[in-house]
Amino acid sequence: MIVLHATTLQTVHLSSQTDFPAWRDAARRLATNDIPPADIVWNVGESDDLFADDASLPEVAPQVALNVPREFIDRAEAVICHSDPARFALLYRILVRLRADPNLLKIASDPDVMKLNEMEKAVRRDIHKMRAFVRFVEIGEGEDARYAAWFEPDHFIVERNAPFFVRRFTGMKWAILTPKGTAEWDGESLTIGPPASKADAPAADATEDLWLTYFTNIFNPARLKVKAMQAEMPKKYWKNLPEAALIPDLIRGADRAAREMIERMPTLPAPHHAKVQEKYWSAKEATAAPEAPAGSLDEARRQAEGCRRCPLWRDATQTVFGEGPHDARIVFVGEQPGDREDIAGKPFVGPAGKVFNDVLDEAGIDRRITYVTNAVKHFKFEPRGKRRIHFKPNVVEVLACRWWVEQELGLIQPDLAVALGATAALSLLGRAIPVTKLRGEVLTRDDGLRVFITIHPSFILRISERADAEAERTRFVEDMVAVRKLMAA
Amino acid sequence: MTVLSTRDKLAILSDAAKYDASCASSGAAKRNSLKSGGIGSTEGSGICHSYAPDGRCISLLKILLTNFCIYDCSYCINRSSSNVKRARFSIEEVVRLTLEFYKRNYIEGLFLSSGVIRSPDETMGEMVEIARRLRVDEKFGGYIHLKTIPECAPELLEQAGLYADRLSINVELPTDEGVKRLAPEKRPETIRLSMAKLRAKIEEKAEPTLKTKKRQRFAPGGQSTQMIVGADATNDAEILGASARLYGSYQLRRVYYSAFSPIPDASSALPLMKPPLMREHRLYQADWLMRFYGFDRHEIVAGRQDGMLDLEIDPKLSWALANRGAFPVDVNRAPREMLLRVPGFGTRAVQKMLDMRRFRRLRLEDVGRLCQSIAKVRPFIVAEGWSPGGTTDAQHLRARLIGRPTQLSLF
Repeated sequence: MIVLHATTLQTVHLSSQTDFPAWRDAARRLATNDIPPADIVWNVGESDDLFADDASLPEVAPQVALNVPREFIDRAEAVICHSDPARFALLYRILVRLRADPNLLKIASDPDVMKLNEMEKAVRRDIHKMRAFVRFVEIGEGEDARYAAWFEPDHFIVERNAPFFVRRFTGMKWAILTPKGTAEWDGESLTIGPPASKADAPAADATEDLWLTYFTNIFNPARLKVKAMQAEMPKKYWKNLPEAALIPDLIRGADRAAREMIERMPTLPAPHHAKVQEKYWSAKEATAAPEAPAGSLDEARRQAEGCRRCPLWRDATQTVFGEGPHDARIVFVGEQPGDREDIAGKPFVGPAGKVFNDVLDEAGIDRRITYVTNAVKHFKFEPRGKRRIHFKPNVVEVLACRWWVEQELGLIQPDLAVALGATAALSLLGRAIPVTKLRGEVLTRDDGLRVFITIHPSFILRISERADAEAERTRFVEDMVAVRKLMAA
Repeated sequence: MTVLSTRDKLAILSDAAKYDASCASSGAAKRNSLKSGGIGSTEGSGICHSYAPDGRCISLLKILLTNFCIYDCSYCINRSSSNVKRARFSIEEVVRLTLEFYKRNYIEGLFLSSGVIRSPDETMGEMVEIARRLRVDEKFGGYIHLKTIPECAPELLEQAGLYADRLSINVELPTDEGVKRLAPEKRPETIRLSMAKLRAKIEEKAEPTLKTKKRQRFAPGGQSTQMIVGADATNDAEILGASARLYGSYQLRRVYYSAFSPIPDASSALPLMKPPLMREHRLYQADWLMRFYGFDRHEIVAGRQDGMLDLEIDPKLSWALANRGAFPVDVNRAPREMLLRVPGFGTRAVQKMLDMRRFRRLRLEDVGRLCQSIAKVRPFIVAEGWSPGGTTDAQHLRARLIGRPTQLSLF
């Protein structure tokens, strides 16, 4: 004989498989009255449980706080679409447990939380696969064109997923038929309807043939990876995918097709090839690096584009040549282009260039009448993720690049050159000198060119202490004022 | 000459496009058709609408506008000396195909590339016109990826960015020498310059304009590139070096590696063999380690004598086995950077552990529930109630983790 316990089971009737508002309302009533999860029967539609108490649920207990993280509600709304009848109870159990342990959802290894995660993932995947594998077929033409699709989801996702199709196919009239309900969009409003059967869905249309052509030809038989395909497009979906019917033949023929690709001997060039070569590529470019100095700055700039005097060209984007009037009375020489300069192809356009411009301005020097260049014309760096870390050029690179700096100076014949930092000083003077010690001094080269020694503006940017940076900047302005006076002299 | 039907052209011009690895439709700005009343949406992550038996996702209608080409790149099926059948779509045909495929939910959008006919500007001009018609005339909100032609005029590039979600330029091969040898008419300098121009444009347009304070639309999905692996002798260390440089220099979203695939009517300059798919796979894993796991490219290949990644085990496990001094890692105390270095821990599992350990100490069972295979992880971690003892340094650890002899090739 079965002994019935005194406990009355509470039965909840949900109007549909995804009736979240009703679940939420019931859960609130039950939880605030401390009804344990084991005493609840969750039903969809009419009741058929004889032992359950069909009376209405208790009212929400007043003055009982029921706070749950927002995250739980969002996730519960997804999980309620799962087809497992146990989902209602699971959600209620987690709700009850959350009251005692608000951080429960963060415990990813808890069996209830794992189950929740698993269900949520299954629903998310089903939704995603529906977005991927629904195949519309056109019915009617022109103004009367409508589209219909047959799809078989694992879970009750039609309603949750329908807005996606509205956002995407707003300008079309369409219906998605499934055994778990239908969604229909008439161009203005969305209707969710009862389950449909496959017989209601239309057969293929004319465009499908083009799709099959595409599917066949985009496949590369030399790369057969059937498992990878099936992991993402499981066989259960194949029956509703027109292209899937092609797969067995494509797989069977792949090995032979790939072998044929490999074995087919290279043939003679196509008939038109010689003509194409003649017409477009007969004028071969001069590639050899010039050994003789250029006759003009423009020529030097062009020659420098293909410079291979040191290996820095390999990683850089382009040669960044000097810029300014060809008869400038003053030439500023920096170290090397930075990230910005490398991209733009112009010197001093990055953060240090901005400091430089501002300081020249304050010192009363018009940058437009100056010629600005770098000791090294390619950017030397080491990639770090999305950034490029500046690397100081070495002596060999600096000396290799003097070929260009000296041509710039020789062709411009300025009255004064300004060495911005140690690398520039090394380039201009051909030897290493202590910049901090000689800062503000003018050294005269053997060819009579006066070289003013100062720091590189990026030095100011590297000082983290604001007051120190400000003081350093003031000194740099003073240096530039001195330069202006030398220009006038 | 016989007139080709759209179907014939589609067969030729999709066959010609299949050697391009990218089919990504992600990274686009969010967009839908509710306002325009047209069709098309992009909602962040892309959707793969089908999979070919080569395991590659089919997300976009990936076709060439034409496979006529004046270049003669030996690795390419469309090179001018190839005897492949030639075809050319009209602008209208591409627009119609894209729309008809999209309306049937076959695709996320269009990935249009082309052989270069007559001049780069003429070809690029037609590609831009297709994108313009789709976006403007047809109110198409789906994904558009244009393969830009490096030598084209800057105005065309600007327009391309206005209509396309992503632009890409293929570097083709990891080294300039490789390009010079196998694609004699291509100029690596020009390719780099084009990528620099694209980066500059993308950054410029990302700044709000002075007047309207709005950002102008310009290739919101950024730029990407592809290099062919296995057509020349470049080793993995050099390839990863090239990638690191490309990511850093041009802010690429992705570098695609395409195992060199034999092509019908191949040039004699190339190796005739099956594509090195496992090598390609390992390069992608290494690429991920650089971008999401905080690995430096030098570390990944350090200790590999030939500069090649280990084909038998993944590069993270390979690094861990070579750097056992860094293990075991305590899952309850180690910083994120170190957890990310444990073989078998993905970025998600690491995040879950970090979330969880704020509230309770992790036991081995907990870790087991968060990752794919606890057997792989166990020797490298310490957890509540678990210490690997000597197994971390055991001589046969590598053999034990590999288990039964595995197949090297994916065939």
